[in-house]
Amino acid sequence: MVTINIDGRDIQAKEGSTVFEVARSRGILIPALCNHEAVKPYGACRLCMVEITTKDGRSRLVTSCLYPVEEGLKVNTKSEKVLSVRRGVIELLLSRCPQVREIQELARSLGVTKPPFKARNKDEDCILCGLCVRVCAEVVGANAISLANRGTKKEAAPPFHETAEACIGCLSCAFVCPTGAIKAEDEKGYRVIPRWGVKLKLKRCKACGYHFAPERQLEYMIEKENLPSDSFDHCPACRAKMGQ
Amino acid sequence: MDKQVKAILKKYDNRKEFLISILQDVQAIHHYLPREALQQISDALGIPMSRIYSVATFFKAFSLEPRGKHLINVCVGTACHVRGSVKVLESIEREIGIKPGETDSGLKFSLDAVNCLGCCALGPVMVVDGAYHGKLSTAKAVEILKACD
Amino acid sequence: MGRLKSPGELATLRQAILAKRDPNRPCITVCSGTGCSAYGSEKVFATFEAALSPLKGKIDLRRTGCHGFCERGTMVVIYPDEVCYVQVQPEDVPAIVASVRNGKILERLLYVDPVTGKKITLEPEIPFYRNQQRLIFGNNRRIDPQSIEDYIALGGYDALAKALNGMTPEQIVGEIKKSNLRGRGGAGFPTGTKWETVRNAPGEPKYVIVNCDEGDPGAYMDRSLMEGNPHSVLEGLVIGAYAIGSHEGFIYIRNEYPLAVENVGIALRQAEEYGLLGENILGSGFNLKVVINRGGGAFVCGESTALMASLEGQVGEPRAKYIHTAVSGLWEKPSCLNNVETFANVPLIITNGADWYRGIGTERSKGTKIFSLVGKVNNTGLVEVPMGTTLREIIYNIGGGIREGKRFKAVQTGGPSGGMIPEQHLDLPIDFDELTRVGSMMGSGGMIVMDESTCMVDIARYFISFLEEESCGKCVPCREGLLHMREILDDICEGRGKPGDIEVMMRLSATMKDAALCALGQTAPNPVLSSIHYFKDEYEAHINEKRCPAKVCKALITYSIIDEKCPGCGICVKNCPQEAIESQGKKKPAVIHSENCVRCGICYDVCRLDAIEVE
Repeated sequence: MVTINIDGRDIQAKEGSTVFEVARSRGILIPALCNHEAVKPYGACRLCMVEITTKDGRSRLVTSCLYPVEEGLKVNTKSEKVLSVRRGVIELLLSRCPQVREIQELARSLGVTKPPFKARNKDEDCILCGLCVRVCAEVVGANAISLANRGTKKEAAPPFHETAEACIGCLSCAFVCPTGAIKAEDEKGYRVIPRWGVKLKLKRCKACGYHFAPERQLEYMIEKENLPSDSFDHCPACRAKMGQ
Repeated sequence: MDKQVKAILKKYDNRKEFLISILQDVQAIHHYLPREALQQISDALGIPMSRIYSVATFFKAFSLEPRGKHLINVCVGTACHVRGSVKVLESIEREIGIKPGETDSGLKFSLDAVNCLGCCALGPVMVVDGAYHGKLSTAKAVEILKACD
Repeated sequence: MGRLKSPGELATLRQAILAKRDPNRPCITVCSGTGCSAYGSEKVFATFEAALSPLKGKIDLRRTGCHGFCERGTMVVIYPDEVCYVQVQPEDVPAIVASVRNGKILERLLYVDPVTGKKITLEPEIPFYRNQQRLIFGNNRRIDPQSIEDYIALGGYDALAKALNGMTPEQIVGEIKKSNLRGRGGAGFPTGTKWETVRNAPGEPKYVIVNCDEGDPGAYMDRSLMEGNPHSVLEGLVIGAYAIGSHEGFIYIRNEYPLAVENVGIALRQAEEYGLLGENILGSGFNLKVVINRGGGAFVCGESTALMASLEGQVGEPRAKYIHTAVSGLWEKPSCLNNVETFANVPLIITNGADWYRGIGTERSKGTKIFSLVGKVNNTGLVEVPMGTTLREIIYNIGGGIREGKRFKAVQTGGPSGGMIPEQHLDLPIDFDELTRVGSMMGSGGMIVMDESTCMVDIARYFISFLEEESCGKCVPCREGLLHMREILDDICEGRGKPGDIEVMMRLSATMKDAALCALGQTAPNPVLSSIHYFKDEYEAHINEKRCPAKVCKALITYSIIDEKCPGCGICVKNCPQEAIESQGKKKPAVIHSENCVRCGICYDVCRLDAIEVE
């Protein structure tokens, strides 16, 4: 355990944890968009930047999601510099995605109401946080999508910008997306995820006939966890009723 | 199953860390990265296609589209820029009708703008099919292209 | 050739090599660097080969690495006197061969000093060379880069022998620390400290990496070293690996340097063959395996963490360096990454000692530095000078001043991370800290000279566009910041600048400097900030008056015919791609129709009577 100081508060922190984790566990709010506890930190959005002073007296700005705690570390989560940088970053995000509600709200909370620059595409809803890609790789293991191209042309995309053949339709990506940019529709026995060019057949419950999950997803889970092949013949509700 | 790709994979012992070198060797043979070759590489190296696509689109050395018969690299490095490479590039664009990164519809020319060929004394410089042409003027550049069959 | 098993065997081999060479026998050397290749040096060499085959044993022929005087290629130097012929063509070969046989000098191919008008016979006396101190680069002209024996003959690999035989790794680290050698790749971090950190970091294996991703446009020093004297870098690499305790090395060469890849590949094979690489080097028991890895065409891969990601087969996205790569780098193992030129300095320090090295340079920047002096300067080429040499000495005494008699305006150093340095700082001694003090930086050594016809706003736009293309796109400040910065600069250069644009760019710059993930984004604002600082008047002219003082920005200039000078010859009319020039008949001046003119400048280029003006 080490002792660090966040905004004047002395806090005991487990070695190996990050400033962000420690702050969050103590209810200290640091904004972040590309962070999720299910995946490794990425450091792309830069909103979680804080001002630190190390034991030797050096001060600088770092991303709290990646900075490891150390004995005697002093953290300031809302200094002038930190707020100025946060505002600068959210201005850029708001300029990129002016219509996205979550960005508008975060911007307002930081005192930014108007985007200073014109958006290249005013309907843009992806902030390139990479959470969809990272969850698909680190948690699901399907690796169906990736961040393609580089620089200003970077985008989350299926291979060849066509179909994510390896997608199992679990929608973990949509679940973690901070801006709701990944949309999916279940209709007529199929799950369609337009962003990844995916159309997957849904499994029909043998008992009630409800289309409850993509067949591909269920097959994937059966194979991955070595389950009996009839594990998902029924929907969760019916399984519960059957006492499974 | 592309035998040449197989040979390349063997050369690098199917090692994941040589993905970029493998892609370069494939690009050198086929002048682009055919989808089948990428699938073969994905299977052999155990790297998901999404990641190979990410790498192939990140690096400028790779093209997923077939390239033209003649490869033109115009240097737009700072020294050449200062000596007027912009005008040379524009005259080439006008002559062939494509922009850097593109290939003409007849697959005759592919044009790329590159940063510094290391011949700054000869600026503006362009390389056509591996041959260097320096001290270019707009007229000289067009002349060289017209001479390509 | 058996593998050398001791320093003694290396010394014996050297004697044997020298014994076979007659230092008095004439040797014709032809520069085969990429620059001279572009001038056709390969053909010159082939012509010499044919001409000299009946004279085998009487006159030697050798290809050499880049001499650095790229303005005057193809360079041919005749040993032992070092008679230097410039701009040699294949047609000159018979005359040169004859002159060597007769012991005469071929006057017409000698270098002519543009200032004095005098012809200079010997290479070292040419002012371009005389004013340099070519400790690292000098051997390029004396060896065939594809011959390890040439390198050994000059004393090569003696430093390695000394290190492996008489010094402990800790002593080597200590000597490099004492020398104050600072990284030559751009950041200038103390090399000895880096080596010490890697040496002491827990974890195996340790990796040693040469960074030859040289991405700054206009900089090609590393390329010439790797093409022209790869063993000098390799020797430093092996010494470094031994010092830090690494047995696995990588040489990362950018894809766009095929000759470097080839020559380094040959050097690695030869070093293995001679027992100077691989298992049991020089019988010391130290093993080192080295492979070449090529870049994929990404400037950002010059950044250490992006380079390592690329080595792992991933996209070249940098990561935070709160834990240094020296401790956790390639595959999260301790990794030592150094620039090509940094490694090339190592054998010199080991051979001559840290005290000798500290005698060169300034208080905080020791040794020499190789610069690529390019742009609007007369003598373009690679220049090696001690730290502390002034910009004026480099640009004027070595560079020969500004081309076409124009006025110096600024010199850009440090590539896209650096800044513009104006006339008032010409007497600045070159040094890591001095350059930073005036708003630029050393960077890898690119030195781009600009004159009155260079528009500083256009140059800022050029660098921002370059970085926009090269940004990896991972972090918001760099990706979005560069996009908007470039849009504003486009607006300014195209006549759409608005009051307040400068302030907006300053604010964007602050966000990028403070919040970007890596040095690409953090230093990206530098060209903009330094040009605003020193050349604000140019920005204001563009924004407020819609005028480009340097007459470069297309939207703000017009091409017109100077009536008095135009005889109506019609050349411009014929060549105009937009058919925007109208002939008024013979003996009458032509007319340029501005509405159709795209400012391509072709008319200006083709007119032989200076009858076109730009304003």
